[in-house]
Amino acid sequence: MKWAVVVFPGSNCDEDAVSAITEVTGDGVDKVWHTTRDLSGYDAIVLPGGFSYGDYLRSGAIARFSPVLAGVQEAAAAGKLVLGICNGFQVLTEAGLLPGALLRNDHLQFRCELTPLQVVSNTSAFLSDYEVGEVIQMPIAHGEGRYYADEQTLDELTAAKRVGVRYLRNPNGSLRAIAGVVNGAGNVFGLMPHPERAVAQWMGSSDGRRMFLSMKRFVEDNQVAVQSDGRVDFLATRAEKVGVGQRHGH
Amino acid sequence: MPKYVARVQVQLKASVFDPQGHAVEQALHSLGHHGVGQVRMGKSMEVHLEAADVSTATDLVRQMCETVLCNPVIETFNFTLTTEQDNQPAVLAQPSTTAAGGQDPK
Repeated sequence: MKWAVVVFPGSNCDEDAVSAITEVTGDGVDKVWHTTRDLSGYDAIVLPGGFSYGDYLRSGAIARFSPVLAGVQEAAAAGKLVLGICNGFQVLTEAGLLPGALLRNDHLQFRCELTPLQVVSNTSAFLSDYEVGEVIQMPIAHGEGRYYADEQTLDELTAAKRVGVRYLRNPNGSLRAIAGVVNGAGNVFGLMPHPERAVAQWMGSSDGRRMFLSMKRFVEDNQVAVQSDGRVDFLATRAEKVGVGQRHGH
Repeated sequence: MPKYVARVQVQLKASVFDPQGHAVEQALHSLGHHGVGQVRMGKSMEVHLEAADVSTATDLVRQMCETVLCNPVIETFNFTLTTEQDNQPAVLAQPSTTAAGGQDPK
């Protein structure tokens, strides 16, 4: 499969993402500049961490209007996988591809540390290789990672099993300790922790590897069918694969 | 075309905790300002623009607020518009139309 890592002015985790994907999956990865409009040649698109456009106005607020985001929107609607890490998560919420927003940490500190996460749901393309309830370690590195959404949205996310991972020790005041959420169709995921910085034991954790492997397996095992009403269906091409069936979403 | 200045104020919604405002509040208390209650930080922006008339300018600024300057999931906005020349108020304060609860886009 073919991966794209988007590079905005101010991205700083793009090289890490490329290295991690290359090393973990062995697939081809292109770095794609923010002025690129057409992403149709890619199966998975990663929006990396950093400070896109200096995080001016709000984190992700300016990046959302860059040409590449139109390509990301189209890819998401076509059932391609989109993963937003840290600043990438902020961009996806600003773009309306994921619900909620990420605010200044409640204690105002920038936190950079390995942090334990619990896998809340593994039904998305990004977490199928993890067990529900499993505790994994990934680093965080952010000053604005406090997840916020109104109560109704939080209830809906919880009920629909769209909270992918949550913090065991809430490092930023996120509501319901949410660290990552998935969209309704299950093909767009954003999280504040950095899976690309947790792909080898010498990094302190290799728990991030399975996120990229889950995505790879999902792309290789599923065919995308976009219905006339815009609904995206994923049809398993290999029946024996556990955790990947037919999914619906809007 | 007439020139206008919009003064846009963006605030976090009351339901959203504002740690910066809280830090300032504590600093004021430590300086002896015990009468200070809550402090809320916000953003202030001055947008200079040309438009055919006041009503067009108002619509344009509202559109800017709704699409870029304010994130309705967490913030509300408010703006006043003055003519650039005489700095006279052209329209009254324009608040966010909806209290815009955070919506789930997908």
